[in-house]
Amino acid sequence: MASFTVNGRDYNLDIDPETPLLWVLRDELHLTGTKFGCGVSQCGACTVMLDGMPRRACVTPVSMVEGSAITTIEGVESREAKALQAAWAALDVPQCGWCQSGQILSAAALLQEKPKPTDEDIDHAMAGNLCRCATYVRIRKAIHEAAKTLEG
Amino acid sequence: MDTKTTRRGFLTAGAGLVLALTLPMGRGRAQGVVAAGSEAAPFAPNAFVRIGTDDLVTVMIKHLEMGQGSYTGLSTLVAEELEASWSQMRAEGAPANDELYANTYLGTQLTGGSTGLGNSYIQMRKAGATAREMLVAAAAAEWGVPASEITVKDGVISHAASSKSSGFGALADAAAKQPVPADPAIKDPKDFKLIGTMLPRLDSAAKSNGSAEFTMDVYREGMQTVVVAHPPKFGATVASYDDSAALAIKGVVMVRQISFGVAVYATNTFAALQGRNALKIVWDDSKAETRSTAQIFEEYSAAAATAHTEGFVVESDGDIASIDGAAKILEAEYRLPFLAHAPLEPLDAVIEWKGNKVEMWYGSQTPGFDRIKASEVMGIPLDDVTINVLFAGGSFGRRSPGSSHITAEACEIAKAAGGEGVYKLLWTREDDIKGGYYRPMAVHKMRAGLDADGKIVGWDNSIATPSLFTGTPLEGGMVKDGIDGGSFEGSAELPYAFGSRRVSWKGMPKTVPVMWWRAVGHSHTGYAVECFLDELFAESGTDPMQGRIDLLKPEETRVRGVLEKVKEMSGWTGSVRDGKGYGVAYARSFGTYVAEVAEVENRDGHPFVTRVWCAVDCGVPVSPDVIIAQMEGSIGFGLSAALHSQITLKEGGEVEQANFYNYPLLRISEMPAVEVAIIPSTEMPTGVGEPGVSPVAPAVGNAWRALTGQKRYQLPFSLGEKA
Repeated sequence: MASFTVNGRDYNLDIDPETPLLWVLRDELHLTGTKFGCGVSQCGACTVMLDGMPRRACVTPVSMVEGSAITTIEGVESREAKALQAAWAALDVPQCGWCQSGQILSAAALLQEKPKPTDEDIDHAMAGNLCRCATYVRIRKAIHEAAKTLEG
Repeated sequence: MDTKTTRRGFLTAGAGLVLALTLPMGRGRAQGVVAAGSEAAPFAPNAFVRIGTDDLVTVMIKHLEMGQGSYTGLSTLVAEELEASWSQMRAEGAPANDELYANTYLGTQLTGGSTGLGNSYIQMRKAGATAREMLVAAAAAEWGVPASEITVKDGVISHAASSKSSGFGALADAAAKQPVPADPAIKDPKDFKLIGTMLPRLDSAAKSNGSAEFTMDVYREGMQTVVVAHPPKFGATVASYDDSAALAIKGVVMVRQISFGVAVYATNTFAALQGRNALKIVWDDSKAETRSTAQIFEEYSAAAATAHTEGFVVESDGDIASIDGAAKILEAEYRLPFLAHAPLEPLDAVIEWKGNKVEMWYGSQTPGFDRIKASEVMGIPLDDVTINVLFAGGSFGRRSPGSSHITAEACEIAKAAGGEGVYKLLWTREDDIKGGYYRPMAVHKMRAGLDADGKIVGWDNSIATPSLFTGTPLEGGMVKDGIDGGSFEGSAELPYAFGSRRVSWKGMPKTVPVMWWRAVGHSHTGYAVECFLDELFAESGTDPMQGRIDLLKPEETRVRGVLEKVKEMSGWTGSVRDGKGYGVAYARSFGTYVAEVAEVENRDGHPFVTRVWCAVDCGVPVSPDVIIAQMEGSIGFGLSAALHSQITLKEGGEVEQANFYNYPLLRISEMPAVEVAIIPSTEMPTGVGEPGVSPVAPAVGNAWRALTGQKRYQLPFSLGEKA
């Protein structure tokens, strides 16, 4: 039995403890905003917040999240995440959109740590999130934009 | 009712046509929908426009939204002529239906070749104008005033003299009863209000909060997840297999052999993946490609040398022997590798077999071909195949294999299960990277002569690469007398006035499945042509920017336009400035003209690209911000391949790459700053999804040669020695 919370809701699941959190979120809870891109922690599309820290759900067995609080893109409510989502839409960052949940959660973690990141900070913090459409120019811009609105 | 009306016919036919076709409009759980308009849309004047009583206008988008902006671009065209407010526009993916949703350039429902906007330009505007005229007619009848006195603006229908006004929704029912105008008037472009303006994309919010629905996100009642063990070598087949360990895994439901390999069906993804790992398969390699890519390159190199006699001379002008008498002769051989498209959403499809009908949900660039394939594999009439087209998490050509192999694989899975059921076919990243359908390898042999003044007197380009279109449903239209233009486009029809010129092509055997990859032939020809041209300029001491401009044929004004613009934007002063290299390259692809300048630094002996300037002329710029986004993304996509990407086969024939750790993609830390300028134009709009891709690699290669003296004849750059 695996017990944890997702987006504030308690879950107790009878499931193979080796099952990656990604497939628990998707197959069992149908929280499909968390995406599968590589399965080996190379692309960041499956990024979720685990007890407030970004985590790759594809390489996190559900046994590891026992008693933890998980936040996915569907439930993220931090000021940073909301500002980022608004900037993402305002600047039309997404193209295909597949990676963007992971991008936004990684960016939210960055802004929590560094409210006014430089381009270098962004490149460093976001280098684990691939975007095959290469929306990187706008991701940088939108993170700066979100930082600005949070400041105000 | 005859449903095989001409494309023009259905636009001008009565509204009853749409109703009689009983379009698959069911939207139980919204698929590929961006906050779709009202469920009850009483006014559907044609196959493209639905207007609900809530004033929302939903445009049925016949082109796959895979990131390139089709939802936004096509909706802009409708809104412009409908005189709608942008805030009331919604979009939804159109299902597979060649009669209604064919690409007007290609005659089948297909998203590709950067044709989406261009082929829809008049069609979507007419669709919007039809709806507007019917709304106006309804208002005129209801208010008892002449239609000619009614105006429509920002989604409001008004009659000034009587002070009457209405939104679209209140008149939707009445408009549906009006006759469909035979030939609705569309605007003079000078009256455009939305076309050419910076409108927000329709899908950004849904793609920023996790609600946008893609294929992999579809979960239907009783659905099983299926992964397939594909042969590790191209052309291999299953000799035998042992599934006992797989079937022992909790959640694995069954294992079936299909023509694509061995399929594992499970109640969840993890069980399916574990089940596949537990299979013991003996493969029959007797018909497999077992050579390495290094060996294949040698074959291509030899074939390129004799392409003018053993293949086709596809373009010829003047006496190529003039090179032999030139003051200086230069030769080079360029080698371009197999490339995987690697869309971030791996390939997938959901299929429901209902005993005599099949319904599918997935992102497809070729729903028209896929529907035919599904009908063939399942052995049912075309009308019993429904394909719902969802958002695709990237594609770059990958979701348009001419063979419709993903459709076929899903259908075989449904068939092999032995009864009714719902299945999600899932490819893992390893399936994707190792699974073929690559941008083909290519070898370009280049030879040119310069006279004593450094003027180019002859240009000879011999290419060895497979035909892309032969053996696909597009062969009839794209391959003429054995000559496939997709294999050498970008090498032929150059804007430069060379003295004599010859372009030859030898089509190589397709022992590894290959297909079009973003920018198609230009993805390899662009590198060879624009790098070799730069070498000739370097040899004669000519500035590569001015050299290109001076070499243009006089009629090439649009090429001149993008080169002059990028020269100005980049503040071009020459190839090296303050320790940085600057390279320029140009391409005309899919009717669009793009010139790019790359600024390159030497970091640890390898090129690092800091900035790229891009000038693009794509005719009327319908959605400028989408154009800018596509140029930014294309530059990143092209750079990813130039710096990092290659698929290689080791001796024995197995693919050496598996996932992003050895098929690396560009990361944000490698993304240059990008500045884009759009050339104002009144020409027919042309595509922007692909044309930005091909110039970036040669621009970087040219900058690098200027900076370091090092010529890179093989991509990716990561293969090169440190400079």
